[in-house]
Amino acid sequence: MSNAPVNKGRRRFLTAATSVVGAAGVVGAAVPFIASWNPSAKAKSAGAPVEVDISKLEPGQMIRVKWRGKPVWVISRTPKMLAELDGLADKLRDPNSEEEQQPGFAKNIHRSRKKEVFVAVGICTHLGCSPLFLPTTFSDNMEGVDSGFFCPCHGSVFDMAGRVFQGVPAPKNLQIPPYRFVNDTTVIVGELEEGEA
Amino acid sequence: MQNLINWIDARIPMSRVWNMHLAQYPAPKNFNFWYFFGFIATVVLVNQIVTGVWLTMSYNPSAEGAFASVEYIMRDVEYGYILRYMHSTGASAFFFVVYMHMFRGMIYGSYQKPRELLWLFGMFIYLALMAEAFMGYLLPWGQMSFWGAQVIISLFGAIPVIGDDITLWIRGDYVISGITLNRFFALHVIALPLVLVILVFLHIVALHEVGSNNPEGIDTKKKKGSIAEEDKPKFKFHEYYTSKKDIVDSIPFFPYVVLKDLVAFTIFMMAFAYIMFFMPEGGGMFLEPPNFEPANPLKTPAHIAPVWYFTPFYAILRAVPDKLGGTILMFAAIILLALLPWIDRGKVRSWRYRCQAHKLNLIMFAVSFVVLGKLGLGVADDLNKLLSRIFTFLYFLFFGLLWLYSGNEKTKPVPERIK
Repeated sequence: MSNAPVNKGRRRFLTAATSVVGAAGVVGAAVPFIASWNPSAKAKSAGAPVEVDISKLEPGQMIRVKWRGKPVWVISRTPKMLAELDGLADKLRDPNSEEEQQPGFAKNIHRSRKKEVFVAVGICTHLGCSPLFLPTTFSDNMEGVDSGFFCPCHGSVFDMAGRVFQGVPAPKNLQIPPYRFVNDTTVIVGELEEGEA
Repeated sequence: MQNLINWIDARIPMSRVWNMHLAQYPAPKNFNFWYFFGFIATVVLVNQIVTGVWLTMSYNPSAEGAFASVEYIMRDVEYGYILRYMHSTGASAFFFVVYMHMFRGMIYGSYQKPRELLWLFGMFIYLALMAEAFMGYLLPWGQMSFWGAQVIISLFGAIPVIGDDITLWIRGDYVISGITLNRFFALHVIALPLVLVILVFLHIVALHEVGSNNPEGIDTKKKKGSIAEEDKPKFKFHEYYTSKKDIVDSIPFFPYVVLKDLVAFTIFMMAFAYIMFFMPEGGGMFLEPPNFEPANPLKTPAHIAPVWYFTPFYAILRAVPDKLGGTILMFAAIILLALLPWIDRGKVRSWRYRCQAHKLNLIMFAVSFVVLGKLGLGVADDLNKLLSRIFTFLYFLFFGLLWLYSGNEKTKPVPERIK
C-alpha cells in the first residue's frame, strides 16, 4: 500500500465511469437474449398469405382457413343477415368500428370489401377462443337476432359483421384480416394489395 | 469416523451447519398440525424435481412429437405412467400444501414483523410455482394445454399500446406453436426450477434468522439475560441463537420436529399414493379431459377452465366485464396477499388473541377463496358471474377490513410464555 493521499474525486469518477460502462455492457448483452424470443425468420415466412377459393360457397355457409395459425372465416351472408345488421347499433359496443380492429376498407357497417362476403379472424377478442357460427339459432343468445357468433368460453356474442354486443366480456369487435379479391371467386387473406404481406 | 468428520470440518463447515440449522436449531414446542406443511412442501419439491428429470428423458418438446411422447411415456416406458402421475399429482399436491402453508401464516400472523421478508420470499415461491405449473401444463400439448395457454398469454394483450407486441414476443409466433412449446419447456425444466430452489433456500435462511412463529404468536426468543437459567429448556441450542437471545419453550429441530413431521409425511404419502394410483386425473381436476386430445388451434374446447389451483383467480378475471380491469384485479388479488405484512397494522399475531372480527374476516376470506375456486371451474353463466362478483368483492373486502380494524384493535391479553 502506498501512503499517497486518497483522491476521492478521482475515485468517485472511476467508480461511476466503470458502473456506466458495465451497465451499458449488461444492456448490450441482454439484447440477444431478449431478441431471440421474437418470431424467427421461419415463423415470419410461415405467416405468408393464403388463397381461398369461394366459388362453391353457398349463401349462409362458412369456410374456415388457417392463416398464421389462426382460424379465418369466409362467410357468404344472405340478404336477411345483411338486413339484420342495420338495426343493432344501440346494442353494440362499437357499431361504427372506431377501434382499430380492421383495415381501412372494412370500416363500414358490414365490415368487409363486398357486402355479401364476410372475412374475419375467428378468434374471440376476450381470451382467444374461437366463437361458434350460429346462422339460424342465434336468437337463443341474443333476443331478436337470428344469426351471429357465440363464444362458448365466456359467452361473448357478435353480430354477422363480427361486431361485439354490449354486456359481454369481449372488449372489441372481431378482427378483420387484410385481404383482397383476385377475382369474384378467389380471396387472398393476408394481403391488402398485390405482393404486400 | 471422527477423523473423517474432523477432516471435512476443517475444509467445509459441515458440523456447524448441521448443528446450527438442525440438531441445535430451536423450534417452538407448541407446533400443531398446521406446521407440517412446510416440511411436506419440501418433500413435494424434491418429488417434482426427481420425477421431472426422469420425464425429460422420454419427453419430446416439439409440436409434432410432444403429445405422442407423453402417450409413449404413459404406455411404453416401463413405469412411465407412475413417473408421470407422480409429477402431475405432485403439482396439485404442491398447491394444496402451499395453500395450507399460507393460510397457517395468515391465522397465526406469521407474516408480521419481523417475518416480512420471510413472507415475501414465500410469495415469490408461490409466483414461481404458478409460472412453473402454467408452463408445465402446456407441455403435454393437449387441447387444454393449448387453449389454456392461449387464454393466459392473451391476458398480456390487455396491456395498453404494447400488449400485442408482448404477446407476440412471449409466443415467438403469431399463434401458440412449437416455438412457444420449446421455450416453455426450457423455462419449465431449467430456469424456473433453479429460481425456485434458490428462493426456497432464501426462505429457509430468512426463517432461521428470525425463528419460527407458533400458534400462540408469541416470541420464544426473549431479551438476553431476562430468563432465569432454570426456566430455560434443558436442550443445547447453537450459540448463534443463545448468544443474542434467551431461548424459551423450544425444542431442537432434529430429531424432535423432524420425527413429528415424518408422521405427517407418512399420512400425506398415503393420501398421495391413493390419489396417484386410484384417481390420478382427480375426476378431471388434475388432468382435464380435453387434454387427452392433441392440441388443435382451429377448434376451441366447449368449456375452458384452468386446473383447480388457478380457478379462484380465474373466477376473479371472469367476474369483470372489462379485459384490462379483470387482469389487473386478478394480479391485485395476489399482490395484496404479498402486502399483508403492511396491510395488517396489528401488533398481536395469532388469531387466538385477536378480535372476534379478525377470526370472522379470516374465515370469510377462506370461504371466498374456496367458493371462487369452485366458480372458476364452472361455466360462466349469469348466476356464476353474479356469484363471482360477490365473492370477488368479499375477497378484496378482507384486506380493506383488516387494514381498518387492525389500526385500533381490541385484542385479548397475550400470555408471556407458551403453556
